[in-house]
Amino acid sequence: MSGPRADAEIPAGPVGPSRPSRPSRQQLVRTGGRAGGILAVLAILAVFPQVLQNATVTTIAVDTLVFAAAAVAWNIFSGYSGYISLGHAVFFGAGAYTVGIAARAWQLTGDAVFGLLPLAAAVAAGLAVPLGLIALRVRRHTFVVITIAFFFIAQLTATNLSVTGGSSGILAPSPNWDAATFNDPFYYTALALLVVTTAMSWLIRGSRFGLQLRAIRDDEDRAAGLGVRAMPVKLAAFVISAIVTGMAGGLWFYFIGQAIPQFAFDPLFDLSVVVMAFFGGLGTISGPLLGALIIEPGQQWLTLQYTNEYLSEILLGALFLVVILGLPRGVIPTGAEKIAMLRARLRSARQEAAADGPERPAGDPQRPAGDPARQAGDPAREAGR
Amino acid sequence: MARQIYEAITDGILGGGVYALMAVGLTLIFGVLDIINIAQGILVVLGAYLSYVLSVHLHIDLFVGLLVTVPVMFVIGVAIQWLFIRPLRGRDRASMSLLACYAVALIIEGILYRVFGPNYVVLNASYITSSVHLFGFYLPDIYLYGFALAVACVAALYLLLYRTRFGRSVRATMQNQTAARLIGIDVNRVAAVTFGIGVAVTAVGGMMFGATSGGFNPNSGYDLISRLLAIIILGGLGSIGGALAAAVFMTTAEALVDIWSPDWAVVVFYVALVLVLTLRPSGLFGRSPVRAQ
Repeated sequence: MSGPRADAEIPAGPVGPSRPSRPSRQQLVRTGGRAGGILAVLAILAVFPQVLQNATVTTIAVDTLVFAAAAVAWNIFSGYSGYISLGHAVFFGAGAYTVGIAARAWQLTGDAVFGLLPLAAAVAAGLAVPLGLIALRVRRHTFVVITIAFFFIAQLTATNLSVTGGSSGILAPSPNWDAATFNDPFYYTALALLVVTTAMSWLIRGSRFGLQLRAIRDDEDRAAGLGVRAMPVKLAAFVISAIVTGMAGGLWFYFIGQAIPQFAFDPLFDLSVVVMAFFGGLGTISGPLLGALIIEPGQQWLTLQYTNEYLSEILLGALFLVVILGLPRGVIPTGAEKIAMLRARLRSARQEAAADGPERPAGDPQRPAGDPARQAGDPAREAGR
Repeated sequence: MARQIYEAITDGILGGGVYALMAVGLTLIFGVLDIINIAQGILVVLGAYLSYVLSVHLHIDLFVGLLVTVPVMFVIGVAIQWLFIRPLRGRDRASMSLLACYAVALIIEGILYRVFGPNYVVLNASYITSSVHLFGFYLPDIYLYGFALAVACVAALYLLLYRTRFGRSVRATMQNQTAARLIGIDVNRVAAVTFGIGVAVTAVGGMMFGATSGGFNPNSGYDLISRLLAIIILGGLGSIGGALAAAVFMTTAEALVDIWSPDWAVVVFYVALVLVLTLRPSGLFGRSPVRAQ
């Protein structure tokens, strides 16, 4: 092999070849703006339940946050590695049942139950390792089916075992908190979980680990040939994803108040999470977030409006079809593409205007020194390098 | 005890024949189109509901009703493929098709819920409760008829695939789609018709399922599809003989375990799947995975 192949995707990140050592002013502004935007969003999310004291709204919000965390977690594995998992409900339900069984066994109530979330994470991780070792040995189609098989094994096991309460499930200890701010602890825990998960997703994406994952997604054999150790990488992503999903499940159990096999292990959970991630943009950081923020409240609202919940099922399926057929890469990548196209068009329009410029006299007020058209020329020159 | 075992085995083989029929349709679709039709489970339920409507509202005999339901399901299958699967392009085509099928399944399930509600319904006919006395056992008539029908259908499929020109096109497409295109086979048509056939057999499977399940509702689709998936994976994706063997093996194993513990019998299905896959990832008779999936 003579050198890096012409068609290899080498991102201009810390792993890339040549790069300016000092970020330009433009890039600093952009990064600062983005960080400011994120802080603003976080601030809004943090004060949200204090401002809107409506219980229905905060209930939907908690639900959305839990699903958003699950979607981002799912994306960390399936989005980055390309292995579509339809069995993540296993970890969700496992987390739910873990918190339930532990709370019942150790007689915990109130805030202490939140302390069980790390236990849920540990159980989910403990499950994910053997399941992953079995499932990740096979490729795309078979992998999906194996995850489905695991899902049904889990659901049936929960229905059959007495420690999980059989088909009637387990009840959560009901905390005696103030009714007005009842949802707040759930809300903030869910928000914390979501923030941590999104941060993890962002870190992974920019890291070598994330690059290996995406290489596996593109072509696993080629990646293996280039030295990526596929199984440990896939397994690591699988376990990380399972841990978060397990914690989300544990939190959700405490919030809902019970864990029944059909709802703790719900095929609609898997499908919803997948739709959210696909809708927003598979393999992106904010995609699953956006998907969850739009789809989950929509679903809840539909269930409230039409008590016949089957309508939401039909619409979810229809939405999914629309997304797959029309927006196969999701809203965020397609949106980013459209914005980039708009920017390029604007830039070329400005450049055309600038090209007319030199014909004018030198002291023309139309062309001051700090002309944005001149700065617009810089990225064009950079791109041509 | 021995009697129970014999009964379990015969139940397993007879029941396996019906599952085999549905599984063969599924594995055929995979072989030709390289996608897993997750909607197969709910399509079986749809076939059952169609038979139900014909039987209850139009008083048409279950088997005679198949003359209507089979073409209807065939058309539905072709429509699904044409509308939702064919337009998919790109690198992730296989995964997207699978998810598209899942979405279609969800829509069909929702529609069935709205039209028929969540209550369990049963298909009724005289021969469901009557049985034949054979070798000291009572074999329900419906199982015998169903098994015979399943055998007939599989034989018909076999003839179609191996004795007709269309069947040759299908097999060629299964082997190598690009090469098939190069020699002039209309791959799109083959794909659409194969999907239609794969779904049409669910009409038969649906009728049998409705008659023997002791009650079904739209939620039954999940259990069905998970069993079918387990069967075709165990038999090897794309292998029709494998689907047959796996179906009979799985249902017999479940019937046997059912003797000891009814609760865990169903889990056997999936545990068997997981076990086989750890030892032999491509299933019993499967092709080894092609590099570009």
